[in-house]
Amino acid sequence: MTETLEKKDRSELGICALLAVLGVLVLADAIRIPTDFAQRGPVGPKAVPIVVGVLLLVVAVLLARDVLRGGRGEAEGGEDIDLSAPSDWRTVLLLSAAFLANAALIGVVGFPISGAILFWGAAYALGSRALVRDPLIAATMSIVTFVLFNNLLGVPLPGGPLMEAF
Amino acid sequence: MDSLTHLIDGFGTALTPTHLLLAAVGVLLGTFIGVLPGIGPAMAVALLLPVTYGLDPTAAFIMFAGIYYGGMFGGSTTSILLNTPGESAAVVTAIEGNKMAKRGRGSQALAAAAIGHFAGAMIGTVGIVLLAPVIASLAVDIGAPDYFAVMILAFIAVTSVLGKSRVRGFASLLIGLTIGLVGLDEMTGQSRLTLGSLELADGIDVVIVAVGLFAVGESLWIASRLRHGGDEPIPVGRPWLGREDVRRTWKPWLRGPLIGFPFGAIPAGGAEIPTFLSYVTEKKLSKHRDEFGTGAIEGVAGPESAASASASGTLVTMLTLGLPTTATAAVMLAAFQQYGIQPGPLLFEREADLVWGLIASLFVGTVLLLVLNLPLAPVWAKLLKIPRPYLYAGILFFASVGAYAVSGQVVDLIVLFVIGLLGFAMRRYGLPILPAIIGVILGPAAELQMRRALQLSDGSLTGLVNTTFSVTVYAIVVVILAWPLVRRFRRTRQPVG
Repeated sequence: MTETLEKKDRSELGICALLAVLGVLVLADAIRIPTDFAQRGPVGPKAVPIVVGVLLLVVAVLLARDVLRGGRGEAEGGEDIDLSAPSDWRTVLLLSAAFLANAALIGVVGFPISGAILFWGAAYALGSRALVRDPLIAATMSIVTFVLFNNLLGVPLPGGPLMEAF
Repeated sequence: MDSLTHLIDGFGTALTPTHLLLAAVGVLLGTFIGVLPGIGPAMAVALLLPVTYGLDPTAAFIMFAGIYYGGMFGGSTTSILLNTPGESAAVVTAIEGNKMAKRGRGSQALAAAAIGHFAGAMIGTVGIVLLAPVIASLAVDIGAPDYFAVMILAFIAVTSVLGKSRVRGFASLLIGLTIGLVGLDEMTGQSRLTLGSLELADGIDVVIVAVGLFAVGESLWIASRLRHGGDEPIPVGRPWLGREDVRRTWKPWLRGPLIGFPFGAIPAGGAEIPTFLSYVTEKKLSKHRDEFGTGAIEGVAGPESAASASASGTLVTMLTLGLPTTATAAVMLAAFQQYGIQPGPLLFEREADLVWGLIASLFVGTVLLLVLNLPLAPVWAKLLKIPRPYLYAGILFFASVGAYAVSGQVVDLIVLFVIGLLGFAMRRYGLPILPAIIGVILGPAAELQMRRALQLSDGSLTGLVNTTFSVTVYAIVVVILAWPLVRRFRRTRQPVG
């Protein structure tokens, strides 16, 4: 137990690193903005990014100090969350893969197919193993959503080759 | 009495058959999504936003009013029938509500919650009708420095009043401000943080940020810690109240809004504080104080009514000042911006039809909520049994649909995923989500107002504090910031007792 806590302690410094990297990125980007053009008003586009960038660095340091002194962010609880369980990275990776598959495929095969892959993949990642029911639900969801948005609500989604067949 | 004429016109808009149907669909969808475990009202509203994309603004907001109140209501069913609630507003309801359900009084708890919502929303919406036009007319005169001051107050309040760790609140706010910087600078057209990408020049759409932080972030977070074999929801019949129950609940129903409405209107985190205050008040005033902790109906009626009135109070600030005080209101504001409508003092003049149509639909939605949800409660209760893999797969599915629908670009799905990862990390390390959302939405507006104010004063910093209003607001900011220091000082001065 203490071992996992310590491990999490140190990994929380990753958030500090993220904030610091963001701060540097924001500052570097702000310095790059040219100032020799006619700007309206005394404050140009640089000012706010510089303030935000500096504050990001300050907060990164303050948070690091807090973490090193033993302060710990309280992980968010919820209905379906078991905070005592260790992180299940396999599920997160599979879920991410399902999500990104949709992004990669939506332009190629259209939403009805890529959406179904997303739903089935995500359900599989989360532990559902009904080999007939899962794809059936996925396909129904995907096609109903497509028709609902594209044809009834006037929100266009790519149909892909499947829908062109009709 | 000008408002009354406007309101009657508003009812004329809201009560056409199409709009009535849209309001009913909105209420049902809002409740449906809100009841689903793990989905709070902010996520419900964000996920349902794309449904309204194809509609004209008035129709869209009438439907949205239903979604908003329905989503707020849905959470109470979850917390009564399945203990651990997913959102802060329903935490208090779970204390007594779930105990009541376990003792076989689930029907009464649901009825007390539903009627409490009805009372809170009715009284709260009357509050909107009375207050909003007055505030709007007062606010017409406030200028750039005042707006900037109010936004600074919102930033400080949201990071300091709520949450356990200030530094984490500020970290979240700064992440939001950074996301808000992406895109072309509004005043000079210079690109900022676009990393040379053409798609990012338009900035990151607020809807994508909201859906990413709430829906995708939450799904990934839950996936990493999924509870296997959680609590079974308690089966329940049709909600009803006996005469004794009504005698115990009518006062809490009426007291709740008095606490909830004002808290909703100020940037102090929406329903969390007023529901707790209402609970404490009811406990103090109740004749059945011994029942508290084992399922007292007053402890459900009061907080639910307070929560729903606070949702109305939130709308006052959002509509008249363009200032969101909760995550849900922030998503609502994003919805307005989708249609190129900027909430603020001028909204009541420029878009009178739309605003009053919206307010009238809040009344309509409230009535529909009660009429539909009392008989439908057993159906909603069944939703709690939905297998978790399908639930979270569905959330990701609709999050993708929503993000893609914004502009039909694949890059939006990638941005959605990256923001989702951010939301995951924030949940894991206890960074609150609300400051980030407020930062994304108010950051660009605050920058604009600040630069306008400084333009007027020719660059002199006094231009930010040259009104009584702004000075007062900054004084409040200083008090909020200095409060923990004062408390620490007093504690060290008086050691032990």
